[in-house]
Amino acid sequence: MGDDHDLKEEGGEIVPFDPSKKKKKKKVVIQDPADDSVEKLAEKTETLSVSEGLESTFSGLKKKKKKPVESSILTDEVGEAGEELEDHIGDDEEGEGIDLHPRYPWEGSDRDYEYEELLGRVFNILRENNPELAGDRRRTVMRPPQVLREGTKKTVFVNFMDLCKTMHRQPDHVMAFLLAELGTSGSLDGQQRLVVKGRFAPKNFEGILRRYVNEYVICIGCKSPDTILSKENRLFFLRCEKCGSGRSVAPIKAGFVARVGRRNAGT
Amino acid sequence: MSELEHQVPSAFDPFADASADDSGAGAKEYVHVRVQQRNGRKSLTTVQGLKKEYSYNKILKDLKKEFCCNGTVVQDPELGQVIQLQGDQRKNVSTFLVQAGIVKKEHIKLHGF
Repeated sequence: MGDDHDLKEEGGEIVPFDPSKKKKKKKVVIQDPADDSVEKLAEKTETLSVSEGLESTFSGLKKKKKKPVESSILTDEVGEAGEELEDHIGDDEEGEGIDLHPRYPWEGSDRDYEYEELLGRVFNILRENNPELAGDRRRTVMRPPQVLREGTKKTVFVNFMDLCKTMHRQPDHVMAFLLAELGTSGSLDGQQRLVVKGRFAPKNFEGILRRYVNEYVICIGCKSPDTILSKENRLFFLRCEKCGSGRSVAPIKAGFVARVGRRNAGT
Repeated sequence: MSELEHQVPSAFDPFADASADDSGAGAKEYVHVRVQQRNGRKSLTTVQGLKKEYSYNKILKDLKKEFCCNGTVVQDPELGQVIQLQGDQRKNVSTFLVQAGIVKKEHIKLHGF
């Protein structure tokens, strides 16, 4: 995990200015909290998502340290990091060098702690001890839709029932939504697979299911998918099991469906 | 919770909403842009729910000219007039409608895959 993040960051870092230039320019401006690289780090961490915030925070810090290292190994506190990094400077793989680094960036120096670092530390501890509180919510993984072609004009959605079960929704409701969005007709076959008229790629189903989940499954308040859809007085209500909030959701309407195909003389 | 649920239906009458919805634009005034598959790799785009005040034919004319496709205005018994265009023009239609200032971006709903 650390590797690709670091590499990605590397790319973002280098693009604005020439790395060779940076080497000369950045002299020993280290450990000064007001250093502009700290600001850079801050905005970098903002752009990163929460789940990976910690690792990248640290790798970002290492980057800050590395810059002076590249120019000169004068400073004692980066000395031990400098040696191992020195080996790796020639090649592009800095990911492995970073793993050997001390646990906290402030170790060995007596500068002030920065907010980002302490925040990262807190999250690290939290994640180690009880991960469910750390804020990265456990994602319910939905398997990608498996789609087969039946003949040339029909598409079979194989794991339709599975997906309905993972979403805790009635297959009828999901089916109505899918068919309305696809603008076609379809039905369930003997093995509880959904057969849809027309040719569709798995990607199409995925997009529609995503929209379905956003509209009919996810709770707006707490973003939890642990919800119940119930019908009262011809209206659909979504009630969240986690936070207890409720909302009404729009009924599924197919809307205008143009007639395609041959029109026979009778109608 | 239970009292809230009883309260909600009385607060807004489901029947009033339904009748308003049937009368064309509806309460939310969403413009629905859909795509439908035809035979082969052909498709059809329908635009439903534009405001009644607009001249559909004029909009259609510009749409046709802009996207170089044919199209018609279909009279639907329930939904009023619907613009139909040949080909998958969903993105084009939505950007066009927004740029022309006919509909706001958040009032356009793209359907289909």
